[in-house]
Amino acid sequence: MIDKRFFPRQVVESSGNRWDWALLPLVLGILVLLAWGGSQMARPYQVGDALPLTLDPAVLPYYLLRTTLRMFLALGASLLFACAFAAIAAKFRAAERVMVPLLDVLQSIPILGFLSITVTGFIALFPGNLIGVECAAIFAIFTSQAWNMAFSLYQSLRTVPGELREAASVFQLSGWQRFWRLELPFAMPGLLWNMMMSMSGGWFFVVASEAISVSNQSIKLPGVGSYIALAIEQRDLGAIGWAIGGMLVGIVLYDQLFFRPLLAWADKFRFEEGTSDTAPTSWLLTWMRRTESFSALVERAVRMLERSFLVFRQRYDGTSIRSRRRGTHQLLERAWDAALAAAVVIALWELGSYIRAEVGWAEVVHVFVLGGYTMLRVVVLIALAAVVWVPVGIWIGMNPLWAGRLQAVAQFLAAFPVNLMFPLVVVLIVRWHLNPNVWLSPLMVLGTQWYLLFNVIAGASTVPTELRYAARNLGLSGWLKWRRYLLPAVFPSFVTGAITASGGSWNASIVAEYVTWGDTTLQADGLGSYIARMTAVGDFPRIALGIGVMCMFVMAMNHFVWRKLYAMAEDRLHF
Amino acid sequence: MHKAIIELSGVGKSFKSADGSARSVLEGVDFRLAEGEIVSLLGQSGSGKSTLLRIMAGLITVDAGDVRYREQPLYGPARGVSMVFQSFALFPWLTVQGNVELGLEARGVAPAERAKRAEAAIRLIGLAGFEGALPRELSGGMRQRVGIARALVVEPEVLLMDEAFSALDVLTGERLREDILELWTSKEMPTKAILVVSHNIEEAVLMADRVLIFASDPGRVRFQLAVQLPRPRNPESAEVRQLIDEVYALMTAGSGRAGRVAGEPAALQLADRLPEADVARMDGLLELLAGDAFRGRADLPKLAEETELADHELLPLAQAVSLLGLARLAAGDLHLTPLGERYVEGDHTLRQELFGQQLLAHVPLAAHIRHSLEQEESGELPEEPFLQLLSESLDAAEAERVLRTAIEWGRHGEVFEYNYTTGLIHLPEGEAIEEEDDAAAP
Repeated sequence: MIDKRFFPRQVVESSGNRWDWALLPLVLGILVLLAWGGSQMARPYQVGDALPLTLDPAVLPYYLLRTTLRMFLALGASLLFACAFAAIAAKFRAAERVMVPLLDVLQSIPILGFLSITVTGFIALFPGNLIGVECAAIFAIFTSQAWNMAFSLYQSLRTVPGELREAASVFQLSGWQRFWRLELPFAMPGLLWNMMMSMSGGWFFVVASEAISVSNQSIKLPGVGSYIALAIEQRDLGAIGWAIGGMLVGIVLYDQLFFRPLLAWADKFRFEEGTSDTAPTSWLLTWMRRTESFSALVERAVRMLERSFLVFRQRYDGTSIRSRRRGTHQLLERAWDAALAAAVVIALWELGSYIRAEVGWAEVVHVFVLGGYTMLRVVVLIALAAVVWVPVGIWIGMNPLWAGRLQAVAQFLAAFPVNLMFPLVVVLIVRWHLNPNVWLSPLMVLGTQWYLLFNVIAGASTVPTELRYAARNLGLSGWLKWRRYLLPAVFPSFVTGAITASGGSWNASIVAEYVTWGDTTLQADGLGSYIARMTAVGDFPRIALGIGVMCMFVMAMNHFVWRKLYAMAEDRLHF
Repeated sequence: MHKAIIELSGVGKSFKSADGSARSVLEGVDFRLAEGEIVSLLGQSGSGKSTLLRIMAGLITVDAGDVRYREQPLYGPARGVSMVFQSFALFPWLTVQGNVELGLEARGVAPAERAKRAEAAIRLIGLAGFEGALPRELSGGMRQRVGIARALVVEPEVLLMDEAFSALDVLTGERLREDILELWTSKEMPTKAILVVSHNIEEAVLMADRVLIFASDPGRVRFQLAVQLPRPRNPESAEVRQLIDEVYALMTAGSGRAGRVAGEPAALQLADRLPEADVARMDGLLELLAGDAFRGRADLPKLAEETELADHELLPLAQAVSLLGLARLAAGDLHLTPLGERYVEGDHTLRQELFGQQLLAHVPLAAHIRHSLEQEESGELPEEPFLQLLSESLDAAEAERVLRTAIEWGRHGEVFEYNYTTGLIHLPEGEAIEEEDDAAAP
């Protein structure tokens, strides 16, 4: 160790190694881009002004920046919401009884449904400024991420292992300390996984959230989504090609610069004794860990957080009167339950009379029938996708060589927004005079079938080798092999994939049953197209009706089909 | 007399069972932990000893009675009490140093001071050099050392050990035990009292000054044994062996219902706990007992050595074979009965017949299941009513376990069979047809 006492000050105090120098341009570049993009978001604007938008590919990087900025802002907001929601719901039972069912309902509402309701509100909030519209777009993306993340965090808080909780109690950790030392780290892997899935899902709605067409008005915010919407209007296939390229670049960039480092970092929060060779690595994280100044900066921030632990500590122990827990008043709890029940009944009554006044019962029945059509489509298509992809998934999963590579590919395909392919399908349907009712349906599953595939791949790759050897040894083949061995083995992962695929398909139905290309519009009979049509026209009561019915269908399917299947899979069909 | 640190008087704890009725886990427990002693709690599973430990740790509140720490009522975890957990309870995302510093950080000790004390504790426990390692890099024994360091660094008055060595292999457990005893006798620990909950009888006798044996359903202190041998104790010495024998005898005496010490096990009630013993092992135990090594009569500690089974596995086996009348427990020894001899000599068919016959004679639950099945025309019944019956006196998980054991024994004795997918218990195939024939015949 060199004795630095007698060196001149400049040499001694200038820290930073070559990794710092290598990282510096990257960090500075990102900061500059963020600042500039942010400044562009808050500009004066009046509703009705045209925002300049071109199909020139050279502007695409700027559009990409704007879109990515929106997505990250939404992610940040979702994280805050998730923390607040989970902390409150996990600690206060009275709140939990309201908040968890509320989240269930919110999760079932289609994302575009939110947009149609809240856009005017946000615009009114910031009159004369573009930021109102930006907020609306960010809110739309927020709704695709927040509910999942909140639920994941809430579940994690509730399933913290008992012994760790006891240890935290015995060693006198205060609530603040416990949250940062135990609960949040425990929830981190699940939260990150959800964040990644949500971001991937968010790209699908980027078109709808940026090209806002509400109440017969059309506002296109600068971004990749609007670029695509404009390309569709002008029937420019070349522009669509550029857009696909741009999105690919965007996905790769944020995967390498944001998610991979986060996942690699979160590996230290992994609770089970997994094999360490499956740990994700990230060049950026390794780089960052080798720097000196940046690491020192991060250390300082962490020290500040830790200093807060000393401040917010528990100053009394179990022998003080303050530790005495008072029992919950039975009467108060009953009263709260009764109030909730009354509120629900009143709300339903109000909704019923509103619907009757504005829309009429005949329309309601019609909408339910449309919902039935869409449900039929979802069920049939998921079954078809299963028949195709389950064998493929099993084959890939059992081949360790291919499993790793193709699983990543399938995950990427799941992230890719397939609504870019829709115009092509429209062209084909028009060219060959096909029935839109039948041929628009596959679009719903196009993007979500990959969830089935990569879940089945994951399931097949975890079949214990001993089981495989036993099956080979016994000479199982043909239908017997499938029925007794392969299908039961992947059933739990299939159900997980199917739940996600089904939820995604319902959401996708809004954009898949009502597709435009230039001035050609194709519609299929179904709930999705009903909602899309009413949104374009701005018929608020009917939008509410459509969303409500879709919500009911999704919740019913979740409750009666998926949860039962999942319980069965958990109970009887696991190793 | 030394001052008491923790005092429990008339403590009772009950949990709500499935149908809402209260089920006592602990009843009328009086206990006193004084300065300068190590106390060990022994008991079978379900005896409430873990619950008692958690009551002393302040993690559970009592329903009846009084808990005092240094004369103050205890509402939550006291600062002077520390705990070592069975599955180590280390935070996987903190390094060894981070884990050990956890308690100090929570108490508001400054970082520099914390680091110093943590390093001293880590060195004391023998893990110097591993401060930066993550728990997943360590073996089981090392992880428990971290747990012990974490508990000791806060300088507790009372150290609670919740089956701290049962997740470790025998050798590692022994080493850790010796290390702790060394720290205790050399007074390097500021701790004034240790409570060890265990189901390893040898461990309890080697460590403790006082051994308390717990009864189950509800949990109470049944016997207390004072161990006045000087430390370090030699496990091979005659005194220790005699004590271990005594403890085995006390633990297998009677069924604990009314504190009887007689050799005959009291008759089992319908919804009583069944010893967790699987049939293959029972067969193995009986064959060993009948073999040359023991010739029909074995001292339980020697049997434990020979079978290499842990105490919590051997004792239920011994109780099960004694319940079925194939062997007899008397004063810590297991004797093969004449019926048991016939069982061992017989072939597979004879064994099944004998087993079934004894099962129906001595296990009321099995007899009741069989009787109820015989009254059904279809010869089958769902498992739920039996589970409900059991849930009224046992908790849900325990009820499940007892039913599973009864079903396993029933299947072996060909008394009834079970279909996992449908959850139905039914008469064996051949007999069901017989029943139908009987019913159909005029």
